[in-house]
Amino acid sequence: MSAPALVLEQVSHHFGGLRAVDGVSLTIGAGERHALIGPNGAGKTTLFNLISGEIAATSGRVVLFGTDATRLAPHRRAALGIARTFQITRLFPGLTVMENLLLACEALDRRRLVMHRPVAAYPDLHRRAAELIERFALTAIAREPARHLSYGDQRKLDVALSLAGRPRLLLLDEPMAGLSAGESRAMHALLDALDPAIAVLLIEHDMDVAFAFARRITVLHQGRVLTEGSRDEVSANRSVQQIYLGMGAEP
Amino acid sequence: MASVLALLLVAGPLVLGSYWVGLLTQVVILAILAMSLDVLLGYTGLPSLGHAAFFGVAAYAVAVLSTTYHAGVWTCVAAAVLIGTGLAAAFGLIVSHVRDVYFLMITLALGMILWGLSFRWIPVTGGDNGISGIPTLLGHAGLGAAGPAAFYYVALLVLAACGALLARLVRSPFGLTLRGIRENESRMKSLGVNTWLHCYLSYVIAGACASVAGVLWAYYNGFVSPTYLDLTASSELFLMVTLGGPATLVGPVLGAGIIVLLKNVMSAYTARWLLILGIVYIAAIFAAPQGIWNLGRRSGRARA
Repeated sequence: MSAPALVLEQVSHHFGGLRAVDGVSLTIGAGERHALIGPNGAGKTTLFNLISGEIAATSGRVVLFGTDATRLAPHRRAALGIARTFQITRLFPGLTVMENLLLACEALDRRRLVMHRPVAAYPDLHRRAAELIERFALTAIAREPARHLSYGDQRKLDVALSLAGRPRLLLLDEPMAGLSAGESRAMHALLDALDPAIAVLLIEHDMDVAFAFARRITVLHQGRVLTEGSRDEVSANRSVQQIYLGMGAEP
Repeated sequence: MASVLALLLVAGPLVLGSYWVGLLTQVVILAILAMSLDVLLGYTGLPSLGHAAFFGVAAYAVAVLSTTYHAGVWTCVAAAVLIGTGLAAAFGLIVSHVRDVYFLMITLALGMILWGLSFRWIPVTGGDNGISGIPTLLGHAGLGAAGPAAFYYVALLVLAACGALLARLVRSPFGLTLRGIRENESRMKSLGVNTWLHCYLSYVIAGACASVAGVLWAYYNGFVSPTYLDLTASSELFLMVTLGGPATLVGPVLGAGIIVLLKNVMSAYTARWLLILGIVYIAAIFAAPQGIWNLGRRSGRARA
């Protein structure tokens, strides 16, 4: 039995007096599909930053694949098998789509330090990048700089970048946000088609999307875990209905 | 375009008088230096205002070793490049932790420390007077008194070699990570790259290349002084890269050519050549914000 992909033990992060994340415990098994929901300001993105290492936990422990990662820098955590996307896409705007993906493919490869041979000398890297380009339907714009891409394509590229390093735990921060209905469906199909061995933690505002994607759901409210459970348990929970579903009725 | 520039550099001394060959030699040596800064500034996005430090320290090393210690030519060249590179390796430990304007300020401060050292450490550096009496490179190598054209071609060969090595570097997987750091460092980290290490290596490589240029400069001038290390030297260098076209390697060569020629030709007519340089620079910002070399490329196209 392999170790869970992620274990959070009483993780907290305080911005000054503000307890953005306050004693959160969470376990995500290998290959589990888990959604993280909660109103704006609940601490979802902060929790992501604590897991991926962008910010350090004030207290508590972050364990990735059985390794204590609480004090590890983001690149060390990535090497353990974690990848993420960002609420506001973070791409390499001046590089082409192909270069973006080549970079993501070599990032966890020792060959990233090779200085004397051109990138073009590594057909396997190109093959992997080309595969992702095809899978995410970016072929027509593979030679365009990322900054010229439409918003929907930038979102897709963001997810493609996170998959390039073959992660075992993927953190997706609102991948559907701002997408048109059609783009959203396409993204949904891409996420559904993800390798079942990859554990996924998804932040999502849209309850329907979250419920359709994830087996288990954690509701975050004011930095704390309000409840965790299956779709039915969460939607039946009174306080969730009060604080979240009520607010979710907004357009 | 690049081949036209190469042809001009190769054929130049065949038709030019010795004054112009001298200027062209300056262009070539400073082109090596500007190219090395381009790796940092253009490719990695690290704006160093102290890059002349390695150039100056290597030049001083040649001066001290060849005059005070009467060392041979190979000792001088190897020791100077090693000292310059070693200094970059030491400074890099500090500067690789910071970015943007903080990088600018720290590199500036470290550069000023070296300038102060060259100015004050009189027993070794000669202070304000500098060190004179450095032999010519070919004389030092025991090849007799060859003309300025011979040294020019040596410098040009070094430029070609450095250019080829750096061009290889920027196209390599490592070079791609440098551009990734320039474009979005936080994403690089979350993809799994130790960006500190990559910035550090970029800094050391640029420093090594700048040291090579410094060695040539010492032999070219036969004289070193603190002006090689001062802020003006570093900021002129910065200008060469941004004016010529960052992240192109060829652009900085062009930038070095423009600035050296402008400086020398204009200063023959007016003491206010800096004013003219300033006007040229402002005009270039409006007409070619990506640098002159990038003018011909499709606008908005991804930088190399």
